[in-house]
Amino acid sequence: MLGEGILKGLAETAKNFAGSFVSKERLTTVEYPEERLPLPEASRNFPFLVYDGPDWEKGLRCVACQICEKECPPKCIYIEKSKDKKPDFVGKPQIYPAKFDIDISVCMSCQICVEVCPFEAIKMDNEFELSTVDRFGGLLLDRQQLAKSNEYYHKVHPTEATQVDARLAEEKAKAEAKAKADAAAKAKAAADAAAKAAAAPPKAPEGGTGTPTSAAAKPRDTEPQPAAPTKPSDPAKAASQSEPKGEPRKEGGD
Amino acid sequence: MKTPATTSGHALDWNRPPVFEAEGEGELLEVSMGPHHPSTHGVFRMDVALDGERVVRLKPVFGYLHRNHEQLGQSQSYLGNMPYTDRLDYFCSMTNNWAYALAVEKLVGQAVPERAEYIRVILAELTRVQNHASAIGFLIQEMGASGTPLMYAFREREKILDLFESLSGSRMMCNYMRFGGCRVDPSPAWLDATRKVVAGLPKFVDEFEALLSSNEILMARTQGVGVLRPDLAVNAGITGPMLRGSGVNYDIRKVDYYGIYDRFKFLVPLGDHGDVFDRYMVRVLEMRESIGILEQALKEVPAGPIMDSKAKIRGFRPKPGEAYGRIEAPKGELGFYLISDGSPNPYRYRVRPPSLINLTVLEDMCLGQNVADVVLIFGSVDIVLGEVDR
Repeated sequence: MLGEGILKGLAETAKNFAGSFVSKERLTTVEYPEERLPLPEASRNFPFLVYDGPDWEKGLRCVACQICEKECPPKCIYIEKSKDKKPDFVGKPQIYPAKFDIDISVCMSCQICVEVCPFEAIKMDNEFELSTVDRFGGLLLDRQQLAKSNEYYHKVHPTEATQVDARLAEEKAKAEAKAKADAAAKAKAAADAAAKAAAAPPKAPEGGTGTPTSAAAKPRDTEPQPAAPTKPSDPAKAASQSEPKGEPRKEGGD
Repeated sequence: MKTPATTSGHALDWNRPPVFEAEGEGELLEVSMGPHHPSTHGVFRMDVALDGERVVRLKPVFGYLHRNHEQLGQSQSYLGNMPYTDRLDYFCSMTNNWAYALAVEKLVGQAVPERAEYIRVILAELTRVQNHASAIGFLIQEMGASGTPLMYAFREREKILDLFESLSGSRMMCNYMRFGGCRVDPSPAWLDATRKVVAGLPKFVDEFEALLSSNEILMARTQGVGVLRPDLAVNAGITGPMLRGSGVNYDIRKVDYYGIYDRFKFLVPLGDHGDVFDRYMVRVLEMRESIGILEQALKEVPAGPIMDSKAKIRGFRPKPGEAYGRIEAPKGELGFYLISDGSPNPYRYRVRPPSLINLTVLEDMCLGQNVADVVLIFGSVDIVLGEVDR
């Protein structure tokens, strides 16, 4: 019969129309400004800079290595390195960004800056209501506007942030252990040098926790104590390597 | 009809509509459809010369959305070009990512882990379903059914885009695949959500077909309209549902077996007449086949790494050489051709877009048709201007 197909189609739309009154599933739209769907955790929009601690300027993880600036496909990141250094999260003095601008009118939210960042310093935000009347200044974010706390990062991407924190804690622990080992090695080297300079008991001390000379006690005061017992072999090895130099080359782990 | 007098020696003449003179009384009416015609899926112009209602000449004019994609690709690193491939065919960013990743993987001889291959197949087939659904929706809308079928298609597409967003972070500009795997490992919760969406898809296709396939108006408007002969289709390099609608059995998933497509059982639907209705029907049947592939793939997603351990993100410099990676994108054969000279960015980068090449036969399909059908035939090609103009 001619028109059967049309009637069949009309029945389908009628079913959907009537169904929308009874079934919640058939109501697929949301009245946006009043009603909002929760964003999925992975959702991304524009990058921000993560900082630890209360002060955004001191806590920025970014060390201005400029890898993201180089890798950014639309080249929307502008970084200026600082002249001085400040300690980073493991306590190593690092350069920090004196200027870090992102032009979010150019940014295409591709997340490549996040992927290439070796310091977990830049992450993606999911804030999307960013309209502004100022077309140029309003969309050019400087480093203060970009800085968001680690707690905020935990809020927008909980699982990812937890993984990142675990990784950073591991790195920090490793760095601390290394620093302690280095410090112990230096202390040992200093002790050895002092012992040698003090004209020699017939046998040089090997591998132990050091001779109780006054010269050796002095550097040990500043170093954390438990380093030597936890890793007894490493300090000895490191000490034998750094023995010829005598003096510690660089500042230890504080 | 006299021969068209087009050339006047002017340097800008190439962009001017050709001048026709009608036979007998009256003259040809030249209509410039577009660039802002609502049926053109973007900015595209058709200079149509009409004799009454009949099309005597059609000249497509494009390039309004030209973004210098290939040159950008040559001045970017290999990774840096990945997000730009999302913007070619913005309906199917996942398949674009895959084709580009495939080309680069061929260039450097990079292996892809099993799990990543499965995830890629799942994402590509989801893309195909949502692309075909919305392509049909647009086609029917251009026929005059304003809204209803398109909204049905978009309702389903929304579910798939939500899956993409919860996996890759973005609904359309996914930027998900990498050389040697994928960026994020999908959680079991994501796979369960995908299974749920896929379980609902057959019902959607049934509903869609009940709504449309036997509709007499649709048949009257589409059957016998815009016929593309198989020999012309093959000679013009047409691929995808258009070629299969003309009855040529050519599907790169069956011909080339890229990825792991040799492990799945699916059929290649073919048309008989090569008209708009056949293209519509081929798309509907392809959706059903895609759902079949999805069900098979979701059953056996293996555990394991999502990225190959040898894959490099930073400092990616392929050895000198060339590679061509192609896949069966929803719109046809999508290929990326790369020449490397050993530097971090490609020496030559070329896209073979299905949309542009499928558009080349538009005039042949439209000649002799009514002007109202031009919109319909154009819609049945299923193009995205981002890919045509690049």
